[in-house]
Amino acid sequence: MTETSLSTAEDDLPEMQSAARRLLRMLWADKFALCAALFLLVVVVLAIIGPHLLDAAAQKQNLRMRNAPPFGFANGWMGVLGADALGRPLLPRIIVAMQNTMLVAAGAVFFSSIMGSLLGLVAGYAKPGVSQVIMRLADVIMSFPSLLLAVVVLYMAGPSVLNLVLVLAITRIPVYLRTTRAEVLEVRERMFVSAARVMGASSRRIVFRHILPVVLPTLMTIATLDFAFVMLAESSLSFLGIGIQPPDITWGLMIAQGRSYLTTAWWLSFWPGLAIILTTLSLNLLSNWMRIALDPVQRWRLEMGGRKNG
Amino acid sequence: MAEHLLEVKNLSVEFHTAAGTVQAVKDVSFHLGRGETLAILGESGSGKSVSSSAILDLIDMPPGRITSGQILFDGKDLLTLSAAERREINGRRIAMIFQDPLSHLNPVYTVGWQIAEAMTTHGLPRAEAEAAALKLVARVGIPNPEASLGKYPHEFSGGQRQRLMIAMALAMKPDVLIADEPTTALDVTVQAEVLSLLAELQQETGMGVLIITHDLGVVAEIAERVVVMNAGEVVETGLTRDVYKSPKHPYTRKLIGAAPGKGAMHAPLPKAEPVLSVRNVVKNYGPFRALDGVSFDLMAGETMAIVGESGSGKSTLATILLRLNEPDAGEALWKGRDLFQMSPAELYKLRRDLQMVFQDPTQSLNPRMSVYELISEAWVIHPDILPKAKWRARVAELLVQVGLKPEFASRYPHQFSGGQRQRIAIARALALEPKLIICDEAVSALDVSVQAQVIDLLDGLRREMGIAFIFIAHDLPVVRDFADHVMVMQKGRVVEMGTVREIFDHPQMPYTQALLAAGLDPDPDVQAARRAERLALAKAS
Repeated sequence: MTETSLSTAEDDLPEMQSAARRLLRMLWADKFALCAALFLLVVVVLAIIGPHLLDAAAQKQNLRMRNAPPFGFANGWMGVLGADALGRPLLPRIIVAMQNTMLVAAGAVFFSSIMGSLLGLVAGYAKPGVSQVIMRLADVIMSFPSLLLAVVVLYMAGPSVLNLVLVLAITRIPVYLRTTRAEVLEVRERMFVSAARVMGASSRRIVFRHILPVVLPTLMTIATLDFAFVMLAESSLSFLGIGIQPPDITWGLMIAQGRSYLTTAWWLSFWPGLAIILTTLSLNLLSNWMRIALDPVQRWRLEMGGRKNG
Repeated sequence: MAEHLLEVKNLSVEFHTAAGTVQAVKDVSFHLGRGETLAILGESGSGKSVSSSAILDLIDMPPGRITSGQILFDGKDLLTLSAAERREINGRRIAMIFQDPLSHLNPVYTVGWQIAEAMTTHGLPRAEAEAAALKLVARVGIPNPEASLGKYPHEFSGGQRQRLMIAMALAMKPDVLIADEPTTALDVTVQAEVLSLLAELQQETGMGVLIITHDLGVVAEIAERVVVMNAGEVVETGLTRDVYKSPKHPYTRKLIGAAPGKGAMHAPLPKAEPVLSVRNVVKNYGPFRALDGVSFDLMAGETMAIVGESGSGKSTLATILLRLNEPDAGEALWKGRDLFQMSPAELYKLRRDLQMVFQDPTQSLNPRMSVYELISEAWVIHPDILPKAKWRARVAELLVQVGLKPEFASRYPHQFSGGQRQRIAIARALALEPKLIICDEAVSALDVSVQAQVIDLLDGLRREMGIAFIFIAHDLPVVRDFADHVMVMQKGRVVEMGTVREIFDHPQMPYTQALLAAGLDPDPDVQAARRAERLALAKAS
């Protein structure tokens, strides 16, 4: 066993600092996760500042550059990834699209995971009656085709980023709900939960302090996978004309627009597709790292210097 | 030396783990002859299971690696054989039975199919295999063998499942039977039956039996010779009787000294007002009556042991007293108030007085909380016990009180051994300053020497702090040194209740007598006398 003797710091502040340093050290130990974290950092920074810097470049049409192939430096560094059907350079478009894409995907994943997990915790821990009501509501959402629901709602409420986020979030709630409930039903029977009840712990404390930390890694993994799903769902809504509307752009919309040129100009869909893949992959690697880093039983794998050992 | 059926020579096994290479088995040698019973005795982590797994090629490689040694079976070195040749020997010539028969029987096949399969994989025709299975099942004493073959594993009791495992292992008439803790999961009365079945079968077939156990009683009951292992090494080997009577190695002496049931019994405390009076508690699970009118009194600073086999309702009683489970009838007066009628607010206050220590500390401690968080959680829930500034000091104090170091506060449960974890669980219970602690099989998951230490700790707490204990156990010797009163339960009823002296020296009821007779004594001579007594009893009835 790892017998790391930690200094018991008296104040809270140095303790937090050392915890942060420890976390960074563990991130350093897992090089994949480190790359993923750096990539995501770049994505977030670009999503925030990108549109301010590159909006003009991304919207400027240049018909001489129609479907210009990538890696041609004739059009300056902006055109290094090629240009789309209206001659707009792809690189700045991808960067500008980042903001909307991240807003929709992160927002939808955030809301659906929070709502789904909370309802799932309640459904798993509360009395059977409450649980039944929540589960049947989830069944209703699941049995209704999610795209159809989105079409109906967005048609009535009008397309906007906020409405899009809400609709996508609602359709994804059951995924988190059902997983959380299933896990809670198992974890609540574990002995440390009984031990907490014997101590007089309130239901809230048992659910959030004892059950949630055990369920959280599964939820994080689902959330990262869902990220990609939401991006693509958003693109199909945009394709139907009820999602994000041009001239606003998202990665999903770019893929959809490039689809008709796939045989002649593959790069139109390829680059935004690659951006989606890399983002999802990074999230996945990072969540995988976080699952290990947050588990005291597994943590040694990272503290040992990242040596993977069966 | 060629006449030994199975001989392990200078075997060393190492495992590559996070903390570096661990030598699980170091230079171990032992041998087993035809018709002989050899016991490998050791506590958890002693390498006893690893050395027997090596014989059947059950070690996962990597992370495990056999670094040196030979395993000679019939003169051939098993370690140099090919995988196909070893499969030919495994099951057919060397068979194994495991600790937990439920997890080693496939739940989706009938037992008849599974026993027959053990034979068809080694080339016997189906029809013959089925006929042989029927004979085997009848031989191991399963009632109504023909109907039993068509049943599924969950339809049998624990003891019957172990009998079925034995039938399966014996299917190919092996020369060597390896039994890894075959009776640890069984009740005492069933344990005695299974062990005597093994002994009978051995006499019939003349096979060599290698039994792996942590229990001196099992060794005394069945083994002719014993190999004592500690920390991967053989510390002593010899005839069972010699090793018990004149142990040479200090570790063996310690192990024998730690066996429960030899100290002075408690004299009963003077009668006083009971803190807890339980009256006519009834609990039904559907048509099944788990508790049937249980009543008892408990005084402050007194230890009441509740002893019973599985299904006796002793754990149900514990959960009901803690209101983890609701009773169907009855009352339990705690300082004059019926705790079954308490409102949630009253119950919250009661939690400070009534605490529980669970059977398996691995499961009862949240793996994601540090020791400090685990213990101080009591004060988060009950903030009026202690101001936050004093938590650290008090945690350190409690850790010292249960025999751990204060530095351990920042570690996590998985960094401790089983005995240490149980001490942490006790410290957590003490954090609330309870008046009564219910221990549900609190020491049965622990090694014998650790068991003795934990019991000493609990007894010390009782004396110093006047805490009352309800101590639930399936094993009578464990409670002998510790309890003031003993209550014997069977099928939800109280069979017999009395002071510890009354129960152990003059048991009145036949069930109590049977329980006492079935208990295994570490002394081979005492055990031989008991076996004779039991046989006489069986003949008479």
